[in-house]
Amino acid sequence: MSERAIIEVARGAGGGAPVASLRGARSRTAKEAAIGGLLFAAGAVSILTTVGIIAVLVWESLAFFRRVSVAEFLTGTVWTPLFVPQHFGVLPLLMGSVLVSIIAAGIAIPLGLGSAIYLSEFAPERLRRFLKPVLEILAGVPSVVYGYFALTFVTPLLQPLVPGLQLFNALSAGIVVGIMVLPLIASLSEDAMNAVPRGLRQGAYALGATKFEVATRVVTPAALSGIVASFILAISRAIGETMAVVLAAGMTPNLTLDVRESIQTLTAYIVQVSLGDTPFGSIEYQSIFAVGLLLFAVTLGMNVFGRWFLKRYREEYA
Amino acid sequence: MPTIRVSANGEAALETRDVRVRYGNNEAIKGITMEIPRKRVVALIGPSGCGKSTLLRCFNRMNDLVPSAAVTGEVLFHGENLYADHVDPVEVRRRIGMVFQKPNPFPKSIYDNVAFGPRLYGRPPDLDDIVERSLRQAALWDEVKDRMNDNALGLSGGQQQRLCIARALAVTPEILLMDEPASALDPIASAKIEELIQQLVEHYTIVIVTHNMQQAARVSHYTAYLYIGELIEYDDTNTIFTAPHEKHTEDYVTGRFG
Ligand SMILES: Nc1ncnc2c1ncn2[C@@H]1O[C@H](COP(=O)(O)OP(=O)(O)OP(=O)(O)O)[C@@H](O)[C@H]1O
Ligand SMILES: [Mg+2]
Repeated sequence: MSERAIIEVARGAGGGAPVASLRGARSRTAKEAAIGGLLFAAGAVSILTTVGIIAVLVWESLAFFRRVSVAEFLTGTVWTPLFVPQHFGVLPLLMGSVLVSIIAAGIAIPLGLGSAIYLSEFAPERLRRFLKPVLEILAGVPSVVYGYFALTFVTPLLQPLVPGLQLFNALSAGIVVGIMVLPLIASLSEDAMNAVPRGLRQGAYALGATKFEVATRVVTPAALSGIVASFILAISRAIGETMAVVLAAGMTPNLTLDVRESIQTLTAYIVQVSLGDTPFGSIEYQSIFAVGLLLFAVTLGMNVFGRWFLKRYREEYA
Repeated sequence: MPTIRVSANGEAALETRDVRVRYGNNEAIKGITMEIPRKRVVALIGPSGCGKSTLLRCFNRMNDLVPSAAVTGEVLFHGENLYADHVDPVEVRRRIGMVFQKPNPFPKSIYDNVAFGPRLYGRPPDLDDIVERSLRQAALWDEVKDRMNDNALGLSGGQQQRLCIARALAVTPEILLMDEPASALDPIASAKIEELIQQLVEHYTIVIVTHNMQQAARVSHYTAYLYIGELIEYDDTNTIFTAPHEKHTEDYVTGRFG
């Protein structure tokens, strides 16, 4: 088709006007408006759901806090909601979650960051292209599998090494949760490092930096925002992790720093009550919303801290 | 072919012997033998894709970073082949610095940019002095002395490029390689870089790649004309631009092609 003919056809499509008009076709404008509306609705659903969840959490928690004071809840050291006398001191659960998350972070952060640095700066291109999808598959393994892995493999393996290790214990739970979130850190951090402009690396190499120095002094600082974001996401997931922790650490509210003992996390308690036959409207039932609200506050706090940290330390490239 | 010979009196900063570079099956440098005299400016000119950057990267082993690149031949520096087995490319790059076409300051403070190189080799007690000296040499000190802790990315393009030069000077190299250092800059910033090159050559040997004939004529003592991986002519800049021996060179420098 000649150029001339194309122009003729284009004119025809524009509604037969003799001179090409700048007025958009009605149908297209309407279609774009409809698409825009649909996309907005999709976004609105997720925002409304989140608002709804928070509203329910707060509402049910308010009912709980009419019966148990906030101070008692936050500072109490005994958690026995399912026995008499009932105590609603959340510290044992909070400690359980923190303990598991610290162990998990202690494993996942160094190993995840190390893997990311290896993949982005040291691994040959072909190996990198093979390993990246593998990491992403690992990140998709259901968490209950990790729980089973902890109970049937990690704990028996550790028992001869760690005297006094109970069948259910915080250590194994922390380790498998760490292994579970490691691919997340490795993959997201690697993305961030890969996005650092090549010119920065060359600049450092030209000054006589080694590969390791380029990785640690240029690439890592420049990719810090993505790296810290991956840490926060991973720790948030560790705190929120439920099934693996229930299976590995058990359901014993226990205010302890001894990782060999069985503990209960915030999430594990919520599962325990949700699966039990707790009557709707009872204080035990309401307590899971208070625990949920606390979980939400902890995760939110992590995110706020992360943002603050980034603002302070980020090295942003152009 | 007329060429520059200085090795007889021991004044060569660098000497290449039959250097060849291939990227996979594509031979980008086809056997180049040349000498770079000490404390002089040598310009590499030639049409796009003729191998100027590739040759320049042979001078400090930056080609090692290109996985597909294979270099053969010798590059002699103080009589030692840079490509000998025992030579550490990291040490080579410390002695032979490089400035790139696009200014690439690190997203760190101005001070940390200049201090980056020296800090790789321990914690020099006189770091402040090194930073100041390097910035003065790069003619940037007066513009940045009151904002040393500001992020380098807040500088203008020309200032960023001079910062990159200061950063390279901070490790006291003997040779400075510059790949089109002014091509991304406006004419005033570009003129400042040229002026700077003329000052730096008192202390350093400089090899500069440029597409700008006037620039090559203004700043360099010697000019090498490359064409599709071969060194066509290498002579006094004056000769290259006024009375080249090769017809090909003449056509290029007079703008008849390329
Ligand atoms: N990383 C690379 N991988 C493969 N081939 C390359 C690579 N870099 C350069 N080449 C090829 O080598 C030849 C020389 O390239 P080089 O970049 O050295 O030319 P140049 O003279 O610097 O060009 P320009 O003036 O455009 O910068 C070209 O054919 C180019 O395609
Ligand atoms: Mg080039």
